[in-house]
Amino acid sequence: MPWFGMDIGGTLVKLVYFEPYDILSEESQEAETLSKIQHYLKSNSAYGATGKRDAHLQMDNVEIQGHVGTLHFIRFPTSEMRVFLELAKSKGIATLASTVCATGGGAYKFEEDFKREVNLELHKFDELDSLICGIHYIEANCEEECYYFNNPLNEELCEKKHFDFSNPYPFLVVNIGSGVSILAVYAPGHYKRVTGTSLGGGTFLGLCCLLTGCETFEEAIALAEMGDSTKVDKLVRDIYGGDYPKFNLQGDTVASSFGNMISKDRVGAASKEDLARATLVTITNNIGSIARMCAVNEGIVKVVFVGNFLRVNPISMKLLAYAMDFWSKGTLKALFLEHEGYFGAVGCLMELMKTGC
Amino acid sequence: MKMTSSQTGARSIVLPEQNSVFRNLKNVKRFAIDIGGSLTKIAYYSTVSYKRASYDFHEETKEGKNDGVKYEMAETDVEGARLHFVKFETKHIETCLSFIQQNLVGSRDFMQGKTIKATGGGAYKYTDLLTSTLGLTVDKEDEMECLIKGCNFLLKNIPDEVFQYRRHGNPEYKFSSLDPNVFPYLLCNIGSGVSVMKVESESSYERIGGSAMGGGTFWGLGSLLTNAEGFDELLELAEKGDHRNIDMLVKDIYGGDYCGMGLPSDLLACSFGKAIHSIRDTNFNRGHFEDGDIARSLLFMISNDIGQIACLYAMMHGLTRVYFGGYFLRGLPLSMHTISFAINYWSKGKVQALFLRHEGYLGAIGAFLKGAEEDDTEKYSWGENYAGSSGLRSPIPAQLSSQNNAMFHQLEMDRFDWQLVHCPLLQDPSNYFPDTVDLTQDTEARKYWLQCFEDAIDKFVDRAIKSQPHHVDAQERAEKFCKKYVSRLHHLRCHPFAYGSLTVRSLLDMREHCLNEFNFPDPYLQQKRMENEQALKVLSQKLKELDEMTWEKRQEALVVGLLAGNVFDWGAKEVATLLETSDFGFEEALGKLQARPWLCDNLDQWIERLRNHSHKCAAIFVDNSGMDVVLGVMPFARELIRRGTKVILCANSKPALNDVTVQELNVLMPRIGAVCDDIQQAFTEGSLVVVDSGQGSPCLDLSRLNVKVAEEMHHLGTDLILLEGMGRAIHTNLNTMFTCEVIKAAVLKNRWLANRLGGVMYSVIFKYERPS
Repeated sequence: MPWFGMDIGGTLVKLVYFEPYDILSEESQEAETLSKIQHYLKSNSAYGATGKRDAHLQMDNVEIQGHVGTLHFIRFPTSEMRVFLELAKSKGIATLASTVCATGGGAYKFEEDFKREVNLELHKFDELDSLICGIHYIEANCEEECYYFNNPLNEELCEKKHFDFSNPYPFLVVNIGSGVSILAVYAPGHYKRVTGTSLGGGTFLGLCCLLTGCETFEEAIALAEMGDSTKVDKLVRDIYGGDYPKFNLQGDTVASSFGNMISKDRVGAASKEDLARATLVTITNNIGSIARMCAVNEGIVKVVFVGNFLRVNPISMKLLAYAMDFWSKGTLKALFLEHEGYFGAVGCLMELMKTGC
Repeated sequence: MKMTSSQTGARSIVLPEQNSVFRNLKNVKRFAIDIGGSLTKIAYYSTVSYKRASYDFHEETKEGKNDGVKYEMAETDVEGARLHFVKFETKHIETCLSFIQQNLVGSRDFMQGKTIKATGGGAYKYTDLLTSTLGLTVDKEDEMECLIKGCNFLLKNIPDEVFQYRRHGNPEYKFSSLDPNVFPYLLCNIGSGVSVMKVESESSYERIGGSAMGGGTFWGLGSLLTNAEGFDELLELAEKGDHRNIDMLVKDIYGGDYCGMGLPSDLLACSFGKAIHSIRDTNFNRGHFEDGDIARSLLFMISNDIGQIACLYAMMHGLTRVYFGGYFLRGLPLSMHTISFAINYWSKGKVQALFLRHEGYLGAIGAFLKGAEEDDTEKYSWGENYAGSSGLRSPIPAQLSSQNNAMFHQLEMDRFDWQLVHCPLLQDPSNYFPDTVDLTQDTEARKYWLQCFEDAIDKFVDRAIKSQPHHVDAQERAEKFCKKYVSRLHHLRCHPFAYGSLTVRSLLDMREHCLNEFNFPDPYLQQKRMENEQALKVLSQKLKELDEMTWEKRQEALVVGLLAGNVFDWGAKEVATLLETSDFGFEEALGKLQARPWLCDNLDQWIERLRNHSHKCAAIFVDNSGMDVVLGVMPFARELIRRGTKVILCANSKPALNDVTVQELNVLMPRIGAVCDDIQQAFTEGSLVVVDSGQGSPCLDLSRLNVKVAEEMHHLGTDLILLEGMGRAIHTNLNTMFTCEVIKAAVLKNRWLANRLGGVMYSVIFKYERPS
């Protein structure tokens, strides 16, 4: 019985762990090891310097293959893969099972390391199959999973509202990890990858690291929250002095991202925070624009944004919500899911169930 | 066309200016300017007067005394119109404007109080400078409108304007034919940001969207992240860098290809992904990257994104053609490749990324046209003057002041005094390519022809000098012509795409343009006249011989005569030597012809066809003067006329080699009529007409035909086309399909070409085709 599902991405590893309530009562070597691991996982919400457990996402009393238990959600940077392997070794994970389900690019890249370091076979699953499967599972088991924003850019009137996703088809999934994949889902098991872009969460963080010297996603987001992107970007009004009615462009529309940074004076006036905010806005708007056109081209109105780029990142979510609505004249709806980046990891655990191993 | 007569040799010809940029400022009539953040484009209209040979008729013609007829050559100054577009870095704007101001000479007062149309972001900033330097009132024009106007103008007037870029492809630059259906298209203008316009007709367009990720993003982020000073330095850096040091590729995430999704290992997965600092595992992202790597990664990120967004807009609106303009591209292969790759990848080949040879000039052209509406600029057709234009990515260095050296790009366009249209009888006008061989693709042919044209240059220099015995500076000008043309040939060896597709036709045209540039309008004038006279002397005898033959013999003799006439070609080096050194006549030419069966021999089918009903109207595109037109074409035409077929004789409007021009043909017609009643009668009745083809080349571009020819073809119901000679039937149009019957007849007078086509010197091509 596999208890773990892993999604090893370009920057983050997403790990879900299923804690069955029943097995713990058994007297066996497996139960003993499990309880040891569980104790370690549950008594901490941080592992090493960078591993985190998202306790608020934890799902209790869910059923997986006849067992009832709790799903735990853990993440750590892909750069810490070796540290994780050491930990896994010391906690005896290797004795628990001979296979771990994994998806994401790292499932291929680190396959050898798993074999060598902890003698584990990786059971690899397709990334997109897992993603879709995970969304279905969580949506079915978690009541308040899907939501949207009303008045996203109005500080006073903005509200997060639950969305009933029980009748979802067709919908677009925009998965923003390091890069971005966009999928059109027509029915259970029937989906296609529409497009993708290399400008994703990894680009945001990479550029922020270079521009501000920050080191983590949280830091970058914190900087962005305090910044003002209009000092960095060139707006329509910077070129035309106001709105450009001929093309129906409002004065505060961004005409050129980072366009003001070609002048030395403007560079001097822009702070680290402004640069971080501009980076966030640039990447977010670009994703929004591509997602919107894909939705129109596919004739789909529900656009679901997932991926860890959205974690602790209400700025981007609200921007996306606004952009979808504004540029489509209200015909498109941006939807978000609470478990943002964990669908791949959950999905690959489910996928294994399907295969019956 | 305005003509002011002046006597031959009465005054010396003013030498062309030493400066090769901002030419002919003394005859400027109007300016326009497009000032961008990095590049400025100045447009102006000037009148050029050049020498054109013409004829003075003498009364004897009317009296019909054949041998006493005098028609003398005279040179006249012809006034033409030329458009100049000069592009340079905005930092040189003050120097350039001062230079213009100093060189306006007579026109400076003329400029006072006039307006200059201005567009581009810098139009506001430099208003005062424009007014104070040139004394012009600045009239600002909307940028997008100028861009679209400029784009439409280029698409209509410059053959080989549009190309697809294919790195490692053969050819690397694939030029499109001049498409009669320009609309609809998408114009993606990459300035600081990106604007996407859907253009549906000359006057209707719509901005359907855009993106903030554009040239300003590349420039702005590049300035923040590297030490580059300015846009050009960033581009230079990008060309040297390696983006793999900073971007995450599919293989960085997967360790190899991701076969499941069909993603190759080198595909970009996450731009700047490796720039993420790692706190502990220093082996994970080593972070060894330099300025060049950053610049290249930025260039890829932005080009890819633009390509993808343009493609999504195209698919959204069901369009397949996307043209790119704006300052970002600058013809940089790296950017063009990335955009093309993205569009091809995301549209699965359905949408085409198309680039323009003169994309940098769009705004300036449009602004100029805005101001030139009263000159009916758009009612005429225009053509690129190869002699005055710089090639693709081949700027001209120039020093405009003692402290200033700069690089300039230049485009010059000459006005045709008529409209050019596609031949109405082409089977597939949208995909019509005149040229049989594309020398940019065919390395062996390219090497041969470039060498062949260089080897032949001395004969042209000699001929040019001899054609102007009374001009003291003819020698000097001829040498300059030689130098310029040879340097162009050398340039084309390394940059075969500099002026569009390289073809035998473009090499011939460039030679004509360079000859004109140095005031040698018609070096073969005397030669052509002499040969016409010789041929006229024997025409009557020739016609009598034909009349004595049986019908079938005569049909064969007419075709053979047409081919024998075509041997007289001064453009073919080997034949030219023969013509120069021996007493070579029509009979000798007959003797040279390949015996039947010819290399391509459809004579029997043609004669079989003649047994059938007669054609309504034949359009004959004539070739050489002398034996060719008088003894080859005329008897052939007479036979058609006798069968009740109307005949259109299409001749060049401008001289090229010893090709008969329309002016010369008009002089010849009455004299031929005097010998031949049938021709005389048909000519008088209008069932035989002489039409100006609109061409000035030994080759024939049927996508740029004088509208008058198209009208005549339509009016007389042309159902047979005769293309005669190597230029019109072999180098061009050999494989062209028509909606009517066509004869392509030529004698191969180039050994190399003959061998290549599987024949020998003087092999005959007589291709008779019926529409499928």
